[in-house]
Amino acid sequence: MANDYTVIIGLEVHVQLLTRTKLFCGCSTKFGEPPNTQTCPVCIGLPGALPVMNREAFELALETAVAINCEIAPFTKWDRKQYYYPDLPKGYQISQYDLPFSFNGYLAISDPKDRFEAKKVGIIRAHLEEDAGKSMHDERAGKADSRIDLNRTGTPLLEIVSQPDLRSPLEAKTYLQELKLLLVYLGVSDCNMQEGSVRVDANINLHIPQSNGHTAKTPIVEIKNMNSFRAVERALTYEAERQYQVWQETKQEIGDVPKQTRGWDDVANVTRGQRHKEESSDYRYFPDPDLAPVTVTPERIQSVRESLAELPADLRHRLEVTYGIKMYDSDVLVNQGRPVVDYYVELAELAGDGQAAANWVTQDVLRVMNERNLTIEQFPIRPPVVADLITRVKGGDFDTSKARGIFTELLESEKTVAQIVAEKGIRKVDESELISLCRELVTANPKIVADVKSGKVAAAASLIGQAKKRNPNVNPARVREICLELIEGM
Amino acid sequence: MSLTREDVEKVSLLARLKLTDDELGLMTIQLGQIVGYVAQLNELDTEEIEPMAHAVEVTNVFRPDELRESLPREAALANAPKADGECYLVPAVLGE
Amino acid sequence: MAAEFANLIVSPCSRFVVQGTDTMALVDLSATELLRELNGGQATSVEVTQAFLDQIKARDDKVQAFLRYDEQAALAQAADVDRRRKADQAVGRLGGLPVAVKDLLCMQGELATCGSRILERFRPPYDSTVVARLRAADAVFLGRTNMDEFAMGGSNENSAFHVTRNPWDLTRIPGGSSGGAAACVAASMAPLSIGSDTGGSIRQPAALCGVTGLKPTYGRVSRYGLVAFASSLDQVGPLARTAEDTALMLEVIAGHDPRDSTSIDTDAPPYTQTVAEPLAGLRLGLVREHFGPGLDAEVEAAVREVIRVYESLGARVREISMPHGKYGVATYYVIAPCEASSNLARYDGVHYGYRTDEAALHEELAQEHKQLVAAGRAAEAEDLDNALVRMYRRSRAEGFGAEVKRRIMLGTYALSAGYYDAYYLKALKVRRLIRQDYDDAFEQVDLIAGPVMATPAYKIGEKANDPLAMYLVDLYTVSANLAGVGGIAFPCGFSKGGLPIGLQLQAPPFQEERLLRAAYMFQQATDWHTRRPPL
Repeated sequence: MANDYTVIIGLEVHVQLLTRTKLFCGCSTKFGEPPNTQTCPVCIGLPGALPVMNREAFELALETAVAINCEIAPFTKWDRKQYYYPDLPKGYQISQYDLPFSFNGYLAISDPKDRFEAKKVGIIRAHLEEDAGKSMHDERAGKADSRIDLNRTGTPLLEIVSQPDLRSPLEAKTYLQELKLLLVYLGVSDCNMQEGSVRVDANINLHIPQSNGHTAKTPIVEIKNMNSFRAVERALTYEAERQYQVWQETKQEIGDVPKQTRGWDDVANVTRGQRHKEESSDYRYFPDPDLAPVTVTPERIQSVRESLAELPADLRHRLEVTYGIKMYDSDVLVNQGRPVVDYYVELAELAGDGQAAANWVTQDVLRVMNERNLTIEQFPIRPPVVADLITRVKGGDFDTSKARGIFTELLESEKTVAQIVAEKGIRKVDESELISLCRELVTANPKIVADVKSGKVAAAASLIGQAKKRNPNVNPARVREICLELIEGM
Repeated sequence: MSLTREDVEKVSLLARLKLTDDELGLMTIQLGQIVGYVAQLNELDTEEIEPMAHAVEVTNVFRPDELRESLPREAALANAPKADGECYLVPAVLGE
Repeated sequence: MAAEFANLIVSPCSRFVVQGTDTMALVDLSATELLRELNGGQATSVEVTQAFLDQIKARDDKVQAFLRYDEQAALAQAADVDRRRKADQAVGRLGGLPVAVKDLLCMQGELATCGSRILERFRPPYDSTVVARLRAADAVFLGRTNMDEFAMGGSNENSAFHVTRNPWDLTRIPGGSSGGAAACVAASMAPLSIGSDTGGSIRQPAALCGVTGLKPTYGRVSRYGLVAFASSLDQVGPLARTAEDTALMLEVIAGHDPRDSTSIDTDAPPYTQTVAEPLAGLRLGLVREHFGPGLDAEVEAAVREVIRVYESLGARVREISMPHGKYGVATYYVIAPCEASSNLARYDGVHYGYRTDEAALHEELAQEHKQLVAAGRAAEAEDLDNALVRMYRRSRAEGFGAEVKRRIMLGTYALSAGYYDAYYLKALKVRRLIRQDYDDAFEQVDLIAGPVMATPAYKIGEKANDPLAMYLVDLYTVSANLAGVGGIAFPCGFSKGGLPIGLQLQAPPFQEERLLRAAYMFQQATDWHTRRPPL
């Protein structure tokens, strides 16, 4: 990305909350059911039907808002956002306009690879609203009818609007990953992108410093239709470049043209302008007379704060402090989710060596999990066994490469470490035995000794090979050391 | 604030109503009269007054997160002007 | 179904041929009296139901209070109640009394048109809470009554189907929007009926037709399944002949409903048990501003006479002031249309209700497109409403009547960008002032007494082309809806022309019991409520 401009990015994230039923009726929120089998008079918006707020939805929203450090409004109400669309049966969406239940929060992000400075990304507001249904458009748009499925209509959504604090597509992606991780740790959403439980819109423009000291600001563009975090990163990268090109050609600044909405084309890797009738932006918000306002006391907020699960950032910090592991490792572990962290913690406690435990989990356990795509719960080797390996390596029973070999065997068989050690005849070779073996080898190989003395230290390798033939349990590194010492002394 | 024919035409799109020229003319006059009458509210100083959106001041009305039976699809679609047995059908929505 | 009950139906019907005179007798009784007959075994529900059905057949071609009724279904329901009563099985509170239902309350599988073309074929798949309660109380559903489209109007002239006539003078309006509901009781075609009141839609037709109608405190009766006009103002309520009958009906339909977030979470008192208790030391308030210019002399005289009656019953009367009342109509005609414009957005021809002819729509679009392109104005062709927007606009234009369109336009305008504060927000603030007037008034008096409408029923068509004049008629009724308080209307005299004149009593929130007892006191001392139109 060019350095002669700053990218200004703000994100609007819609998160589906993990409730059994919809926001205003008792219909199921289950994904992937046959069309229009999860609707009732309320979510179809039939004449006479009335909404009643789902308590759980509000609770989950409240937990999240507290977790992202938002202020909670003591009084909040529900408003109707009015527009016509076939998947919006009432002709309005029940949302929150001027009095959202939470506002002024932040989410801290950082990059273990230090590609950007750790920062707090401001959160303007988080509010609760109902989802719309699905419109399925015929490819030959304009020809056939569109089909409307209202199963999703009325599903509770939490909309989280960030400040334009993000300065690169990477920061944007990191913010999204951290937010998703937080939501999953809280258990308020499954954040399943494929099922649309997380949806992201981005606002982006550029600040371009001019020689005359003035900073040119390009028109803000809203990007939609990004169906993965990677897509967000790619769309923003593309859009930044595009805006820079356009600016160089037109010198158009913010205010010169109306705010534009562009859709991301994941195949063509471009954003495309979307036509919108100007009138469509007049939503005629007003308080929904069918719903009662909600009040939240400071006591309530306090009890929510106290009941919160441990958040990713705190967890990373705890692992670094308690087990003395590197920020990079704590990041890898925590990003894997709570179950992996629990596995790690058990292992670290048993092995009494946090860093070794981290190495085993981040390198060996996770590798195998990915290869065989297992969850940590399904992973066949439990912490006590890995701890046993770590302890034996530290005790010098065998080296890490042998331990890895045993680890692999354990994956395939029901055997215990002891059994494998016995079968392979793996045993500790004591120092005296090792030294006498080396003496024999050195005396039996004058050629090699000569080579080594003449500076071809690499030649020592064949001594190690011979040693291993004589006794597979020898520690190759140690054999090398001793042999070199002996030759030295000759 | 006097209402022009253009205002009324704009509002008719917002309201998704198709008005004939005659209707637009009549509507402009009649809405004008009503809006004129409503203007008398400006006689009142309401600076300090809390708006009253609800007739009863109840708060925190919730329902438990419990499943209720949904409508059978046939029943849900029974009133649809156009449906294919699975979905509601509408003239194709272009773009998006 | 009908066949199954045929034998049960035929016998009593044939009895009627013999003693047809009983028919008249039955329809002249009040609901409370009929219930006594039913519970005492002197009459069966089938007899009573048949009597009213016969009355409908004899009179409704003149009055046209009903949009439709189903004789077989009603008799079958009645026969079922009779069978259970005979077998000493449980029978509900209304014990087989016939009830007429305004056509905007959802009843599973039954048409609910709201007097509109756009819902002409709409059959809700669910029961409104009020209907469910009537069902549980063993009301017999007699038929569905006519109304102004979506309850918007005070004359029934806005019904998409036909104009209901005032039983006292068929050339005059019955009032509205619950015109059919009031007219069918006045014409003895139903002993009880259900209406709804958003700005006077129960009280005003009750007054103009000479029956008793109660608009409950907002939140007293569930709105679930009541097709919404203005959600913060709508209330369902009973119309009947007497305060006693009204109490009976309210007792059945009132009470908390978890499906309506605005329904108050307290049990409704047993109104019938207290209705006959006189109110000792009743303090009645007369609102100074109610007796200004525009109030018809006969109406004023009748109201003043009522006061004398109450005084003779021991009430103390004092004049009070409600200075913001005069802003009620202006406030109402901002808030109600704003909410209506939103509530009626759902009628867009997508999921239910009327949809325009799509072939014609596509044809039209193609034509306009061709013409513009031919005229070298391709750019404009791009800006034409697409097929979907056209479907919306045409369906709504063809499905809604003039008054409904007018209010949708008014509300859409008042909520649109730049006008919200000047209209909607301003009106909400004045609404608070109006509510404060009531709170102050009820510091001094127990009930507010006054006219329901400035004049008796006017001629059909008289105000049809003057919306504003039509709106001003609501002067005395809208404030109760804005403030959310309850009100009752009942006959208190007749004009020289023989038209009923109504009195309105208004009470503090959730004091329906007080309204009913006060009305009962009056009806014990007078006989206006027993008068029937010469049909």
